Amino acid sequence: MRHEQIEKNVNLMMVLIVIVISIGGLVEIVPLMLSADATEPDEGIAPYSALRLAGRDVYVSEGCYNCHSQMIRPFRSETERYGPFTTAGETVYDRPFQFGSKRTGPDLARVGGRYSDDWHRLHLIDPRALVPQSNMPGYPWLAERQVDPDLITAKMKALKTLGDPYTDEQIAGAAAAVEGKTELDAVVAYLQGLGTNRRLAR
Amino acid sequence: MTAFWSWFVAAGTIVFIIWCIWLVSWSAKQGPQGKEDEDLVGHKWDGDLEEWNNPAPKWWLYLYFITIAWAVGYMVVYPGIGAFEGTAGWTSEGQYEQEVQRAEERYAPIYEKFSAMDFDTLVQDEEALALGGSLFASYCTTCHGSDARGAPGYPNLTDGDWQWGDSEDAIIATLTSGRMAVMTPWAQILGSDEAVDNMVRYVQSLSGMVEADAGTMSAQAQFTTFCAACHMPDGTGNQAVGAPNLTDDIWLYGSDADTIRTAIEQGRNGQMPAHGEFLGENRTRILAAYVKSLSQ
Repeated sequence: MRHEQIEKNVNLMMVLIVIVISIGGLVEIVPLMLSADATEPDEGIAPYSALRLAGRDVYVSEGCYNCHSQMIRPFRSETERYGPFTTAGETVYDRPFQFGSKRTGPDLARVGGRYSDDWHRLHLIDPRALVPQSNMPGYPWLAERQVDPDLITAKMKALKTLGDPYTDEQIAGAAAAVEGKTELDAVVAYLQGLGTNRRLAR
Repeated sequence: MTAFWSWFVAAGTIVFIIWCIWLVSWSAKQGPQGKEDEDLVGHKWDGDLEEWNNPAPKWWLYLYFITIAWAVGYMVVYPGIGAFEGTAGWTSEGQYEQEVQRAEERYAPIYEKFSAMDFDTLVQDEEALALGGSLFASYCTTCHGSDARGAPGYPNLTDGDWQWGDSEDAIIATLTSGRMAVMTPWAQILGSDEAVDNMVRYVQSLSGMVEADAGTMSAQAQFTTFCAACHMPDGTGNQAVGAPNLTDDIWLYGSDADTIRTAIEQGRNGQMPAHGEFLGENRTRILAAYVKSLSQ
């Protein structure tokens, strides 16, 4: 076979390119999807409660990941500031994980319990009320939007289908758990639960 | 990683490297071995500029081979071929542990020196305060501000007014375990809007912001019954329960009538989160000294 035969035959070339690229995926991605190292939850990691799940979706829909990572890398400079480094087993119930790639704001992987609920509320509505130098935008509308109870029930059922171990009681109680809650309540509950399974930096 | 996936990854990696070697060698043999006219690709520019069907230049192909050799060397030294750990025994966790250990060795003597000092000396020690200042910048500024002057609801640490006390033990307890300053809502117990209004003005009168009158006199009885348990009968507060002194001109949430009314009607939940787990004992003490120094 001469190289012209590949270079002048677009379909053959496409097939060969796909094969070459897939080898990378087969060797690097497929084993991670199927091996226990990355799919078994760490100790203390449970599927999100109804309110936190709603908060997580607010986090994603407001694009928080554009400025906040949730991935503490195994460097001392990071663990000193944020806490123990992130492991794969901590993110098994994140679909998709919120590692992010940019830190305009600080990493949030272990922000849970670092500030009070009131601090988060005030800070989400008007960040500069608390941190005058902050360049984070305010999200005042979160306090006005209600969480949809039916939607959360449906989401939890969908996640159960995907393998998240929700019990029937959890799904049955989901609507009641978010009844009357605002998106602000939800996202604060989500943030307060982040990374609380491992706190000890030293 | 199970044995199956280890072999799967190893096989995929090794076969791919061998295939790369074959591909580069194969492409080196392409094109004309002797330069005949039929090996021209047929493109013609500017009348007489033609293109031979030559293989890529030798130096270029050598770069590929160097890259492949680098990959093989890397796979031997570092982990990459399945579960094979590499001859260097490198792991990201191991590298992290080393980094932490080096830091421990470097900083342990410094912390040891500080832990031998008594607290009052520490508060004056420039080196300790520099260290404390950088800890403050990392952990405290989001609530207390980079100038440590706080924000409404978050105490100013420079004013010499201490909600929970300024002894070594009190500050260290605040940092280590956090604090919950709970004021319950009083609207229903006080009874009427008028009673709340009177109480607002009574609280303001404690620091001389308004003159005492019949209204504040009537609130005084309720203050003695309900508020004095935490804020003390004279309104000077109680550091044991974090009840602020109401007789000075320092206000955690604000001194205007509306802010005080909100506090009385709805209560307040001031919370300082626990930081002991992040900081550890030595650094907590240094940070406590720095906080104490802010108001001196």
